[in-house]
Amino acid sequence: MSNGSAKLHSPKAGKTVKGLSDKAIAWLFVGPTVFLLLAINIFPLLWTVYLSFTNYKANRPNREIKYIGFRNYERILNDADIWLNMQATAHFLIWTIVLQVLIGFTLAWLINKKFRGNDLWTTIIVLPMMLSPAVVGNFWTFFYQPQIGLFNYVVSFFTGVDPSSFEMLGSVSLAPWAIVIVDTWMWTPFVMLICLAGLRSIPDYIYEAAEIDRASKWRQFWTITVPMVLPFLMLAVLFRGIENFKMFDLVVQLTGGGPGSTTELASINLKREAFEKWRTGYSSAFAIILFVTVFGLASIYVKALNKVKNR
Amino acid sequence: MSYSITDPSKRQKRVAAFLVIAYAMITLVPLLWVFMTGFKTPPDSISYPPKIFSEPSLEGYVNLFTTRTRVTPERLAELPPPENFAQEIVRNRDMVIAGKSKYGARFLNSVIIGFGSTFLSIFLGTLAAYAFSRFKIPLKDDLLFFILSTRMMPPIAVAIPIFLMYRKIGLSDTHLGMILLYTAVNISLAVWLLKGFIDEIPREYEEAALIDGYTRFQAFYKVVLPQAATGIASTAIFCLIFAWNEYAFAVLLTTGTAQTAPPFIPTIIGVGGLDWPAMAAGATLFLLPVLVFTVLLRKHLLRGITFGAVRK
Repeated sequence: MSNGSAKLHSPKAGKTVKGLSDKAIAWLFVGPTVFLLLAINIFPLLWTVYLSFTNYKANRPNREIKYIGFRNYERILNDADIWLNMQATAHFLIWTIVLQVLIGFTLAWLINKKFRGNDLWTTIIVLPMMLSPAVVGNFWTFFYQPQIGLFNYVVSFFTGVDPSSFEMLGSVSLAPWAIVIVDTWMWTPFVMLICLAGLRSIPDYIYEAAEIDRASKWRQFWTITVPMVLPFLMLAVLFRGIENFKMFDLVVQLTGGGPGSTTELASINLKREAFEKWRTGYSSAFAIILFVTVFGLASIYVKALNKVKNR
Repeated sequence: MSYSITDPSKRQKRVAAFLVIAYAMITLVPLLWVFMTGFKTPPDSISYPPKIFSEPSLEGYVNLFTTRTRVTPERLAELPPPENFAQEIVRNRDMVIAGKSKYGARFLNSVIIGFGSTFLSIFLGTLAAYAFSRFKIPLKDDLLFFILSTRMMPPIAVAIPIFLMYRKIGLSDTHLGMILLYTAVNISLAVWLLKGFIDEIPREYEEAALIDGYTRFQAFYKVVLPQAATGIASTAIFCLIFAWNEYAFAVLLTTGTAQTAPPFIPTIIGVGGLDWPAMAAGATLFLLPVLVFTVLLRKHLLRGITFGAVRK
């Protein structure tokens, strides 16, 4: 850069323009966002960590706050009810993911056959996932009404079972499946859309080459389609996993955690401890445990995902 | 039209279409059922077997927007004739309209908080995304990951300290409090999506503007912003939909003045659990805008729901 004209065309031209320096602008632009996140995310998180070591109760703000060390954490890890919540959460998490992956992938695979009008039907299938989970949960309680509910009626229409003989939301054995069904109805399109993007990213020439090599369709499916969609599928599972680990709105509206505590997912119990029993210190510790769990699992999973991607 | 050996056969296409349409029905029937229930009378809505077609009625919508009190038949006979269809519907059930329900106000709260937080998220998000896209920022990747990780917190876990904090500084149950909170939640989405959109705008445009004597700031809003308009619009819709749909924070942090529609709609059914048409009417009005937006957004949908990780 010895002469003037080279300087003019250099990509660093921005550094020399008038007005604020780039560095000042960068901080001016990023600053407010970081400040907002510090104030409404990080500060509260640190406060939660602090509270988790105390016996604070938010409904008695004037009581002296006592530091009680790890007692809250000990109590939670030894609490049989919490382990039941974790089991309910695991049941919900595993089955929603299994069903959504199976149905979502199949749908994407079928849509990718490029039949006429596939765009229209894709748009229709996508609708439920954009809706408010609380409102969806609310109207599904209507479908699940014994006797008058649409769901019970459809089941009885196809199987001949008396529609008033089973209560999806009221029975201990059916309620965990009732919430899985609604979540699957709502979120299968999410997995489907991501799989579809994966399928569409596979260039035709790979299949053409396989065809020339006389590889069977079955073999093509397992050696081309599945491995190439896998990173996309894993990404979808990551999103659904994090979301459903935190699941609150949909299930609260459907069952409120009942009957008994069969569908009391971790977040629902957390709400009960924090905002009904007002055990603020205890629930803060529970919140931290949940956050660390989801963060830890997600980090491990992202490592695995990157490995698959770079294969 | 070119034919490739890898094209599915006609029969395969037909089978695929049949199965996909069958699944689409599973999606559509519940939504249509809610829509239709809104136009049934309460007795029709709980009849067995479920009635697909019934005399259309606006009772659900009338009940959604009004509160009613029961009166004796004698008192009813003394009243002057009904002034409008709403009064007539209500009187047929031996009741009179007592006043407005809270639905309108809750819906308005959803609009105010939704648009307020969307505007703020987009404003802050565009600035931050531009800086992340164009400038050297120390620890850029860590900062971006930090912004994303704020989304992994279960909302209830954040709600405990937010509740205490808002109580202390007087933001509980206020529009401003909810707008700030939803902005904090949405900003991660806004920054990640907008960074992707801005990354796609060639730097040469700005550099040309800078050489022409624009300041960096002018180059940003005269060159980059117009180019990013589509991306900004679709990001805004995603932020709006999130704020519109949010329930956990709303139910814990708002009780009256600033309560949005999602925590309110389930309470419409009320005691006895019979007013399904009113609930369905409330849900229909609330869900309709999102359905419209989803159709408009369909090209950018994938990008939005994956924080920009998958682009088509």
